[in-house]
Amino acid sequence: MSDAREPVTGIEAPVYLQYQFTAGRAPSRFLSALKQGRLTGQRCPGCSQVYIPPRGACPACGIATEEEVTLSNKATVQSFTIVYIPIPGNPIKPPYIVANLVPDGANISFIHLLSECVNEEVHIGQRVEAVWKPEAEWDYKMDNILYYKPLEEPDVPVEMIGKLGVDGLEGKQS
Amino acid sequence: MSPTEVLSEAFELGFTYTRSTGPVVGRFLTGLRDRRIEGVRASDGRVMVPPMEYDPDTAAALDDFVEVGQQGEIVSWCWVSEPRKAHPLQQPFAWAMIRLDGADVPMIHCVSAASEDQLATGARVQVRWAEETRGHIADIACFELAEVAQ
Repeated sequence: MSDAREPVTGIEAPVYLQYQFTAGRAPSRFLSALKQGRLTGQRCPGCSQVYIPPRGACPACGIATEEEVTLSNKATVQSFTIVYIPIPGNPIKPPYIVANLVPDGANISFIHLLSECVNEEVHIGQRVEAVWKPEAEWDYKMDNILYYKPLEEPDVPVEMIGKLGVDGLEGKQS
Repeated sequence: MSPTEVLSEAFELGFTYTRSTGPVVGRFLTGLRDRRIEGVRASDGRVMVPPMEYDPDTAAALDDFVEVGQQGEIVSWCWVSEPRKAHPLQQPFAWAMIRLDGADVPMIHCVSAASEDQLATGARVQVRWAEETRGHIADIACFELAEVAQ
């Protein structure tokens, strides 16, 4: 039996990996605080660096971290990229900005979206603030923060990025 | 939350790959869609199923396609008593190396059988085609013992 259809030139070959993710003690506390609308980190008793998300240990000193620190909703842009290429399954329409952000009170950045901004004007040292979802939608997820948006505040000098206290540039250094 | 409560949840990571099949594997899959199994003749005269693009000895491009039989013989096999979700059959089955009539090398596929003791090296098996073929290795739903199929 012959087939009038075109010859086969490709196949779908998806791979699906099913995980059971267990957060561990420190990340579980972090996620529980997120559900209550708070960003938290942990301070190392050795070097005093504050890590977000906390992992329960300092990667530099190799010692356990216990002290929980509530961080600011304000943050500083450490670096960023403008995404122009659509990613299959991603609901966000390009071009959009993905940035490494250091929240005030922490010494390490995490990745989140920047929005409500002029993409071409985003720059390193820029001050931004978290935009949270309505409280009723808060879950154990970083998505509780929809994105960060620019703040009308003076830029943070590059050498100060990642060194601000929880009160920002005006407060004392952490 | 208590300090000892630890969060845990399931999640799935999916890689939605598509693969280009090239002229040789594409022809093999096109054949399966037509319920035919095609191999390719290598420089030493052996018929390879599934077909290879290049000769294993000389590395020359191969294009001497040969249709092989839909029956063959089990060369080696392994019983799967607890199939997983990703397996082609959900009842216990065997993975088997099957040398099809007219082929010189075995091809891996699954064999459906009522129990492990029905299978043996050298047993004759026959293709069971999927109800609908689409140009995929799963167009061969499985093999089954030739005497059962008849």
